[in-house]
Amino acid sequence: MDNKQHQPLNLEEIRKRLAQARGQQYWRSLEEIAESEEFQQILEKEFPRQSSPLGAFLHRRQFLKLMGASLALAGLTSCRPLSMRKIVPQVQQPEEMIPGKPLYFASAFSIGGYARGVLVESHEGRPTKIEGNAKHPASPGPGGVVNPQAPAQLNPDGTPKHIGATDAFTQASILTLYDPDRSQSPMYQGQLSAWTDFNAALAAEMAKQAAVRGAGLRILTENVTSPTLAALIQELLKKYPQAKWHQYEPTHNDNALEGAKIAFGTPVNTIYRFDRADVILSLDGDFLYSGPASVRYAHDYATRRQVRYGTTQMNRLYVVESTPTVTGSAADHRLPLRPSQIGAFALALAKAVGLPVSAPQLPAEQQRWVDAVARDLQAHRSRCVVVVGESQPPEIHALVHAINHALGNAGQTVVYTQPVEANPVNHIESLRDLVQDMAAGKVETLIILGGNPAYNAPADMEFARLLKELTQRNGFTVHLSQYEDETSALCLWHIPESHYLETWGDSRAFDGTVSIVQPLIEPLYPSRSAIELVDNLLGRQRNSYDIVQAYWSKQLGTANFQKAWRKALHDGVIAGTALPPRPVKMRLDAVASAAQKVSAPAEGLEIVLAPDPTVWDGRFANNGWLQELPKPLSHLTWDNAAFVSPATAQKMGLQMDTGGLANIVDVVELRYRGEKLRAPVWIMPGQPDDCVTLFLGYGRTRAGKVGTGIGYNAYKVRFSDALWTASGATLVKTGERYPLASTQQHHSMHGRDLVHVGTLDEFRKDPKHLVKAAAHEEPLPTMYPEHTWEGNAWAMVIDTSLCIGCNACVTACQAENNIPIVGKEQVARGREMHWIRIDRYYEGGLDNPSTHLLPVPCMQCENAPCEPVCPVGATNHSEEGLNQMVYNRCVGTRYCSNNCPYKVRRFNFLKYNDPKEPVLQLLNNPDVTVRGRGVMEKCTYCVQRINAARIEAKKLGREIQDGEVITACQAACPTHAIIFGNMNDRQSLVAQLRQQPHRYSLLEELNTRPRTTYLAKVRNPNPELEGA
Amino acid sequence: MQQEIVRTEPAGRLIEGGHTYESITHKIGSVVLSYKHPRAWYIVTAIAAVGVFTLITSIAWLLLRGVGIWGINQPVGWGFAIINFVWWIGIGHAGTLISAILLLLRQQWRTSINRFAEAMTIFAVMCAGMFPLLHVGRPWVAYWLLPIPNWTSAWPQFRSPLIWDVFAVTTYFTVSLLFWFTGLIPDFATLRDRAKKRIAQVIFGVLAMGWRNSAKHWHRYDAAYLLLAGLSTPLVVSVHSIVSLDFAVSLIPGWHTTIFPPYFVAGAIYSGFAMVLTLVIPIRAWYKMQDFLTMKHLDWMAKIMLATGLIVFYGYIMEMFTAFYSANQYEQYLAANRFFGPYAPYFWALLICNGLIPQVLWSPKVRQNVALLFIIALIVNVGMWLERFVIVVTSLHRDFLPSSWGMYYPTVWDWGLYLGTIGFFTFMMFLFVRFVPMISIFEMRDLLHQTDRHHPAAATTTAAATPVAHTEVTP
Repeated sequence: MDNKQHQPLNLEEIRKRLAQARGQQYWRSLEEIAESEEFQQILEKEFPRQSSPLGAFLHRRQFLKLMGASLALAGLTSCRPLSMRKIVPQVQQPEEMIPGKPLYFASAFSIGGYARGVLVESHEGRPTKIEGNAKHPASPGPGGVVNPQAPAQLNPDGTPKHIGATDAFTQASILTLYDPDRSQSPMYQGQLSAWTDFNAALAAEMAKQAAVRGAGLRILTENVTSPTLAALIQELLKKYPQAKWHQYEPTHNDNALEGAKIAFGTPVNTIYRFDRADVILSLDGDFLYSGPASVRYAHDYATRRQVRYGTTQMNRLYVVESTPTVTGSAADHRLPLRPSQIGAFALALAKAVGLPVSAPQLPAEQQRWVDAVARDLQAHRSRCVVVVGESQPPEIHALVHAINHALGNAGQTVVYTQPVEANPVNHIESLRDLVQDMAAGKVETLIILGGNPAYNAPADMEFARLLKELTQRNGFTVHLSQYEDETSALCLWHIPESHYLETWGDSRAFDGTVSIVQPLIEPLYPSRSAIELVDNLLGRQRNSYDIVQAYWSKQLGTANFQKAWRKALHDGVIAGTALPPRPVKMRLDAVASAAQKVSAPAEGLEIVLAPDPTVWDGRFANNGWLQELPKPLSHLTWDNAAFVSPATAQKMGLQMDTGGLANIVDVVELRYRGEKLRAPVWIMPGQPDDCVTLFLGYGRTRAGKVGTGIGYNAYKVRFSDALWTASGATLVKTGERYPLASTQQHHSMHGRDLVHVGTLDEFRKDPKHLVKAAAHEEPLPTMYPEHTWEGNAWAMVIDTSLCIGCNACVTACQAENNIPIVGKEQVARGREMHWIRIDRYYEGGLDNPSTHLLPVPCMQCENAPCEPVCPVGATNHSEEGLNQMVYNRCVGTRYCSNNCPYKVRRFNFLKYNDPKEPVLQLLNNPDVTVRGRGVMEKCTYCVQRINAARIEAKKLGREIQDGEVITACQAACPTHAIIFGNMNDRQSLVAQLRQQPHRYSLLEELNTRPRTTYLAKVRNPNPELEGA
Repeated sequence: MQQEIVRTEPAGRLIEGGHTYESITHKIGSVVLSYKHPRAWYIVTAIAAVGVFTLITSIAWLLLRGVGIWGINQPVGWGFAIINFVWWIGIGHAGTLISAILLLLRQQWRTSINRFAEAMTIFAVMCAGMFPLLHVGRPWVAYWLLPIPNWTSAWPQFRSPLIWDVFAVTTYFTVSLLFWFTGLIPDFATLRDRAKKRIAQVIFGVLAMGWRNSAKHWHRYDAAYLLLAGLSTPLVVSVHSIVSLDFAVSLIPGWHTTIFPPYFVAGAIYSGFAMVLTLVIPIRAWYKMQDFLTMKHLDWMAKIMLATGLIVFYGYIMEMFTAFYSANQYEQYLAANRFFGPYAPYFWALLICNGLIPQVLWSPKVRQNVALLFIIALIVNVGMWLERFVIVVTSLHRDFLPSSWGMYYPTVWDWGLYLGTIGFFTFMMFLFVRFVPMISIFEMRDLLHQTDRHHPAAATTTAAATPVAHTEVTP
């Protein structure tokens, strides 16, 4: 009824919004605009529902406005010239471009600034799938890192031979590119704005700052390794000498760098060489899963763990950790300790290896561990390594450096280089400086390049409040990001950031190797990269290509630059940019005095704050693939929970009902330094007692349609002096309950021979012993004549010794095979669609069980139980042994799934593959059918890849060679635990592995004769610790 | 003891109340031709109509959204739809058994219940048939299960028990319908002749297919009826055997069982008779048909229930024994899971409903207590539904790999469709009672004729009152 609020309808705003839409998006965008919530809000604001134009008195002017708006809207659907420029039909096909055949381009994907090399599959200019680039040090292939100098080899179907491994994040990063929730337009004070307005405002602001030599100018970036970006920022700082550059990354390795400063007097980058290590001890370090080198480390670790006939040696992994992790589950021996106990453990170990430190008295069990581990390490001097996780304080990092030195590992299994970061600062201190300046009113212009500090800055810094105040008192705050997120909402300007597949850039790997980030597609929405925005700050308007090329032409020299540039783009790495090992000088006395500062194990409850295994620090919150990816070990999806140990849960009376569909769990309230946080608990076997692990990355308020409003925000209890661990918190049971969706509800093998486990000694004595319970020498009898499989006979062998459960295969399969996500409620109902899953079974007590992992794709049974029961023959067998699904023929009786003893079939109970957003259709692999509602689907051994290889082999008049078909799961696997090939080809790797004495079939007694078989899990326990 | 049982048998008459041919015709035929119906008829039909609307709503929403509106999932790919399918098919069994097998065995007491049981069969099979059609992911292509010649030359996959099901159920339905209709022709003629309204005369005239009560008609009728009875007899055994093969052919513990075919057939007859009792007892009271549906009928049906119930119970015991004796860990786990797992209450309820409670039928006093019989019949209906629930759900929800184990909970739409079919069934049954003679008039007359020969005293006065059945009447 309040009519005085009426403002003129902002048609300009609509026009601006329309100006953003381009290309094929155009027509569809109009509908979206007309129907979008924002637009509805605008309309509602302009024409409040309460004051109905018919019921209330309508002014003539208002009426005309209404008419005008209607006309404008009517006009929206009519024409705007799409392009006034001449277009030329593609009379002659561009070189290399064959419709229907993908091309591969090297690029690099970064998390926290560190690059992972990728090869991106592009279909007619549309990136659809990401593979690792084996020429890149962070993504080795089965044969390790390929020498970038070596000429590229392609399979006949055009796929490169140097496909490397990846992690789940890299695989899922392509979904972010097509995420319809990505920001599509600059926003000014939360309203749509135009690029021209932003450019003008920025120029004016920079002119103002130029007058004061940049005294009020602050740049806040994420961790920067990009040489180009760093050079531009340095140039900016030179032009505005009073300006400051701050970096903040919520999961940065500050502790490691501070620890190196203690040990060596200078920050160094530590690189582990697990390919040289026989004994590995990890102190709270999840090196197989987290961090910029995890894929490489997993690969290196696995190279010394491949147990084949005649193997007598394998590495041994000890893990001491405060939260069950991927690395812990792979360990031969695992000791759960609270974070503060790990410090004492490290001290005792240091003392045991002869370092001049005083160690506290340890409980007997821990002392036994220390003694055994120390003996084992000392027996493998210079062939062992001790790893420490970022969550441990700098003193422990320094201590571990000293231990590695004492064991002669430096230069052998531990290599030091200069820091990879362009400007290695302590991120917390850097952010603290900024926050102090903001509080003191010294900041006028704040340019935030990426990141989301309003969401993930430590709670005590109150970054969000200060940012809001700065914006309110007319500070010029700009946030460049892919999503209009929590930070964008508090800034004056939000600027859409280009996805890495849309823009040029560069980035360093964990060892310093530089990759040029090569775009695969024009930006889907007008957007800028950090490099371009800094160039704008410098008063220029160059595009990213010119900027990156200009920088590197200077670096690589102008002579032969084009050749070197092309080579760098082609290979995905710039050869020779890895940082050389640098000599370091161990300062034992500094370490010893730092060791005295290691606090005694805290009493009472401790908190561990860990990045979430799938949404990480929150950056992947709107990525549906990662939200639905079962988190390693817990198999939880769509939520974060607070891990507590079974004993702690019992003590507090916390319950987790796993009997139903969702897990109905108790909600606890965590009280810490006056903050209160409510979180659902997850009773986690192997979690240390009196220790609760909280996962960062959830509780987002402006993540997008997928990620907003799920989980709790652990940043609320993250303080700058207790980033990773804290003590003195209290946990209270609230009486509330909350449903959590997990994909696995039963954790014991129930005495069934599903994962065969044995020790290396047993294997040496009798390799067949491990699988004796299941293996039959002769095939089981059958009433029918035996079928002989001629020609190609596809088979897969999965080495359970090597699987670490990192989920890369699951995401790779999802990307390759157009597998939809179904949402939390459907997951809780048991309807997740992943074609490959990683079964996890526990063995032993609740407090510290052994974990056994079993990746389960379709077994492609030769006697497939699913086939005879299908009433319409929609699932049948190929001559090559594939159990095929004919989606078009499927009626959807689900009988096949009922009769599948492995339960690997997946059914479209609802219309899961229904992209309301056309942009998501761009993501689909054109070689794989998108399945509709009511249709069964399952793993096909990536039949589209087999067929692509077959066509080319036929053209060449030869058979498909071993290694020409690599399934998506196999390609992604960092430990190369999955091997696929033609078992009729005696030379093929898979045929050789099928001859291994410890190979077995899952549920062999059913006589399904699976083509997917397993190698038994071989452990290498220390006899001293085993059996106690 | 035994003597006592013999003594307490109800009196040996299948028709009581001193009926004549005319009074039989009037008593049964007037239900159809008069407009006066007990109030219960209106109440039950109205409630059933609500059920029909529930059914329509549930089907519409299902077709719009997909089977995901139900509680099925991985690993429990079949839920209420298949449970209800098997349950309804089982209920349909009593009809054919009564009409065909008891006819061939010359069991005269079948006469007063066969019409009713056959109608029940047809409506139950209609309900059953809906479920497999609707439970497929893409119902619009469900016709692919039929061997229809088509341009793609794609045939059904004949190794699948689901295809056998299609043949078994459609054959069963067709034969049952023909059998029912054939048996109705003489009665339609009677109604045609007695109807006063033109419309009724026309409709019954068409349905009577020109029946003129000639000796030739009767001769052909007898031949056809006997042939159909012979044709139906194997179907009684085959339909549920084949339905059981849906489970027995698979390799899932709890399904992969050779005992299933006979055990399913016995269970089907068990539930069929239970459903006949459930329906007959109230309708007998409302329409005052106690003269034709005597205590003797109820007693015999109760005895059949007792016998088949014992066979079913034997089946349960053998399943458990097999699990124990096989030394197969999956079978053993399944048995333990049924007794003590998350669905144990349903299993125990099943044992009580199907095994324990029906044992009271050993007592003649119980068999003659109509109210108790009604309650027991209801309990058996519930028990047989639970049996199918236990077979379908507990077998699937925990099979081989513990990682894939899950739970199944029906949703409101599962219940909607199930209750909807019960509504539909009841609705159809009450329409049947209203528009078709619920007891075969001419067979009752025939029965009277035959029993009178053995008890001449009872019928001498009435024998001449109406034409003997086998004489020609010109309209």
